[in-house]
Amino acid sequence: MAIRGWTLAGACTLALLAAACEREERHLNEPPPKPPTQFVAQVPLQPGPTFINDTSEGPYDDNAYSASEGQVLFEQMNCSGCHSNGGGGMGPALMDDEWSYGSLPQQIFATIAEGRPNGMPSWKHRLNNQQIWQLVSYVRSLSGLTPKGARPNREDHMMVKPSPSQTPQTPQSKAKNSGLPLSSMK
Amino acid sequence: MSADAGLPVELLLSEEAIAREAAALDQTWRDKPGVWGWLTAVDHKTIGKRYIITAFLMFLAGGIEAALMRTQLARPENTLLSADKYNQLFTTHGTTMMFLFAVPIMTAMGLYLVPLMVGARSIAFPRINAFGYWTYVVGVVFLYVSLFANTGPDAGWFAYPPLSTVYSPGHRMDVWAQVVTFTEIAALVAAVNIIVTVFKLRSPGMSLNRIPLFVWAQLVVAFMIIFAMPAVATGSTLMLAEDRAINTHWFNYAEGGDVLLWQHIFWFFGHPEVYIIFLPGLGFITPIIETFARRKVFGYTALVMANVTTAFFAFGLWVHHMFATPIPELGQSLFTAASMLIAIPTGVQIFCWIATLWMGRPTFRVPLLFVMGFFFTFINGGITGVMLASVGFDKQAHDTFFVVAHLHYVLLGGGIMPLFGAFYFWFPKIVGRKLSETLGKWHFWLFLIGVNVTFFPMHILGLEGMPRRVYTYMANTGWGPLNLVATIGGYVIAISVVVFLVNVIKSWVAGELAGPNPWNSSGLEWATSSPPPPYNFTYIPVTTSRHPLWDTSVELPVMTGLRSDRREVLTTTTFDARPDHRHEHPEGSIWPMYLAGTMGVVFIGSIFSPYYVLGGLGLALIGLFMWAWNSIGEHKGPDRVLAPDALAERA
Amino acid sequence: MHSLFDPQSPQARAVAHLWWWMLGVGGTVWLGVVLFAIYAAMHPRGNRASDGLEHVSPETHHRVERVVAGAGFATVLILLAFLIFDFSVGHALAVHPQRGLTIDVVGHQWWWEAQYEDPDPSKMISTANEIHVPTGQMIQFKLRAADVIHSFWAPNLNGKRDLIPGYTSTLWFKADTAGVYRGQCAEFCGLQHAKMAFYIIAEPPVKFAAWMAAASRPQDQPTDSTLLYGQRIFMSSGCAVCHSIAGTEARSTVGPGLTHLKSRNTIAAGTLANTRENLVKWVSNPQNVKPGARMPAYQFTEPQLTALISYLETLK
Repeated sequence: MAIRGWTLAGACTLALLAAACEREERHLNEPPPKPPTQFVAQVPLQPGPTFINDTSEGPYDDNAYSASEGQVLFEQMNCSGCHSNGGGGMGPALMDDEWSYGSLPQQIFATIAEGRPNGMPSWKHRLNNQQIWQLVSYVRSLSGLTPKGARPNREDHMMVKPSPSQTPQTPQSKAKNSGLPLSSMK
Repeated sequence: MSADAGLPVELLLSEEAIAREAAALDQTWRDKPGVWGWLTAVDHKTIGKRYIITAFLMFLAGGIEAALMRTQLARPENTLLSADKYNQLFTTHGTTMMFLFAVPIMTAMGLYLVPLMVGARSIAFPRINAFGYWTYVVGVVFLYVSLFANTGPDAGWFAYPPLSTVYSPGHRMDVWAQVVTFTEIAALVAAVNIIVTVFKLRSPGMSLNRIPLFVWAQLVVAFMIIFAMPAVATGSTLMLAEDRAINTHWFNYAEGGDVLLWQHIFWFFGHPEVYIIFLPGLGFITPIIETFARRKVFGYTALVMANVTTAFFAFGLWVHHMFATPIPELGQSLFTAASMLIAIPTGVQIFCWIATLWMGRPTFRVPLLFVMGFFFTFINGGITGVMLASVGFDKQAHDTFFVVAHLHYVLLGGGIMPLFGAFYFWFPKIVGRKLSETLGKWHFWLFLIGVNVTFFPMHILGLEGMPRRVYTYMANTGWGPLNLVATIGGYVIAISVVVFLVNVIKSWVAGELAGPNPWNSSGLEWATSSPPPPYNFTYIPVTTSRHPLWDTSVELPVMTGLRSDRREVLTTTTFDARPDHRHEHPEGSIWPMYLAGTMGVVFIGSIFSPYYVLGGLGLALIGLFMWAWNSIGEHKGPDRVLAPDALAERA
Repeated sequence: MHSLFDPQSPQARAVAHLWWWMLGVGGTVWLGVVLFAIYAAMHPRGNRASDGLEHVSPETHHRVERVVAGAGFATVLILLAFLIFDFSVGHALAVHPQRGLTIDVVGHQWWWEAQYEDPDPSKMISTANEIHVPTGQMIQFKLRAADVIHSFWAPNLNGKRDLIPGYTSTLWFKADTAGVYRGQCAEFCGLQHAKMAFYIIAEPPVKFAAWMAAASRPQDQPTDSTLLYGQRIFMSSGCAVCHSIAGTEARSTVGPGLTHLKSRNTIAAGTLANTRENLVKWVSNPQNVKPGARMPAYQFTEPQLTALISYLETLK
């Protein structure tokens, strides 16, 4: 009984430690995660049986350092110019559950890298893969899709929105059904 | 003496009576056996020993971190440690040494020795003493588990925002903020205990002007802790943790906060903190000099006043850590003046000690060697401190290795050298065996040489432009050779500490047995066996002078009448220590450890979710309730006013 | 030598003067007290009485009291002297003219941005990490921080001043002699605090004016096809997103400006000498040189990299 108790406690500790290890890792001088190589569907509708495998784990989703660097990039690349700190404006809001081109990490990667009609620039040749994945992690944290511990804190700006670490956790399933039904597309 | 107390005198308790009393007291006061007894122990000597051992382990951990840092800096552009690892190491080194080693070990020496020195059976609040220790352990474990889980803090032990708020992603700095919480609770608890023990539990006749200088130093430091620690608690536990966790704007200039607010709050604590570490060191020196120079110290009153003055001044210096910031220059000048003037009381103390040595006949046992080492090292640090008080010079030397040199000279010279001397001096009392003189001399000389070889070159490095907290430096700066010298010195310090450890282990197991007073010293702690029994003294000693065991006109007078079937202590009045009433002390209890654990849940959990806070507080409330319930159960009646009992001469 | 021992301005000289006096007096005090302590401990003076303790005669005790009081008094006097000397130095350091050449310095993680103020905006020069100043006149630095606290410190020229987010601090100094003076960030600012150096290049006023004229000229458009290719790589890949080059379409202020890059002695905030080899090393993988720096590594092919570096080398 005591042995099981200690084993359980040990296992919990190791799990916590392992989570801590990845969350706190500083990915500095190492090759970035590969960009999505498979065809990335932008909407879920597929004729016939579903064959495209979605994974909802971004490589930097649980890495706090990357989300924080993504926050810095968001400001430096003037994403707020259209997306206004996540609230949208000329561009769509990034803090909500509506994702025109999908909320999965590789879908957001594709959106940032390739650009989208009606104004989203293509960043593929301007940012390298690591930077885009960092942005993906940050953008997903804006709507609470990444683990809470890995989301960045507030910035030293006027408080225009709760910091990502204060956003309630959103399960991927809520945002996974990316895209609006055809009938309601504007 | 009997005229003092106005009581009749009985002569000569028989050996038999004393032995019976001692056996009964032992039965009443000793900790329970086995694991349960270990967990529920509240004897201040047990807690004190644990504290000293744990704090010393932290010294070793901090030393290993320092050795790694020094190895990295031995050569320019070295690649032993990455920037990230180095940042974690220097932050943990600072946090460990300042929060987990220096303050706890000084308070631990006090918690062990002060009740013995004032002639009390126990410390004032045994259970809260245990709670303080367990809280400290929670902090230790939390920091080191986090370090190994890649979550060690990395923004400096001083954690300046915005680096520690906005630009420290993850939970690393949350760990720092909570480690500070635990250590500060433990320090406050120890401070309260010491103050009440010194004010209310002294031996009859030990008026305030008769308490030993060690006790004065601990008392003054306890008051400093009470005024300084809440500042860092407010800053780190409240403001910093909140800015990081719940989006407050204490340090966000865009929303009306101020980055400098942190610096003020932190250094308001941070400057007294170094005096909290340094003053107990000064407290160790007087008994060592008295004992080995074979004379009473010169200038008792001056020494006491100097301690008190230093403590007051220490609270008026904090801005000297901020001379490079854009704050008004007139204000800075005030702090320059205060920072220079604080050298005066310390200087007075040093002159009094040298006078004592001059008028005495010193024998150079290891404790006195360490006191000489203090003179050599600390005065150097004190003088560089006066230099740094000058704003113009500080603007060149601030945040460079000059300051690293200064702070290590004062902390190692003024705190750690006396501490090692104190270890050699009181080890026979605590353990019952003497430490080896030969190994002690090796330890001393290696340590003295090591400290000077490591830190003296850093003065020059700092003035040559080398800033602090750098994981490497360019080869073209020319800083390589002196850094190498400093690293070699660091290894010499490490060897000296190994010698000390070998000495401790060998002596603990097979050292020369020590009697009650192996050094023929004067304090009350030497009036009982080595190690002391759980009840400290079979009969409470009565004090008639500042140096009770040297007052050879009479044998040590004692007072009888305390019960031996219950844990009873004698409380006396604050100024003149006239017997006042008897107080019943609690038995061992698990609730202090439980409460420390629940506080751990509250504060560590606060990093992750508010529900942990609520849940933890709920659990803590249970602990508080059970703690109080046990107290009610133990009191068998109101505290009894002292009936005039006989004073007896000890056989 | 980048140090306080080599003052090159009246400000640094005043502090160095104070330092030598403090060292002299402080060192003497230390030596005196330590020697006396050793002497006191080695030469026993008292008489062992029957109580096993040392005693001295009342006259000796009185003498000791007077000596200790005297030493205390001497301490007070020495400290007062230090205080007065320090206040006079501080006062001298605080004297500055109403206006002078003003340079805005903004500290970033982990580089220095410098902008020369001028009433005519077209004459404002923006540069990074290497700051030219004329000798013989007081220069005002207005210091701000873009992210965390930094500290601007060139020991040959003056003490340091912290750059605190939300505040503008000022620093004045006058460089007496021409020379290249190294400075380094002196407040822990994160991963690459150790590699955040800068250079103050003091030049005689005539040379300085010539530098200013050259610095405000935009870069010429290259004509060679390799250089044009290199410029196209600069513009089309990520470089132009962060770096600016006057005379081109690259106008971003996120990273250090690269106008007249080749006129600088060092790159990467004083970390590497400005040679072709180091430029290749830095551009192909900044993370190898300064891990954590916000300049990403791009996968350039060999010809792309060669062309790009050749283009950068034309930015004189």
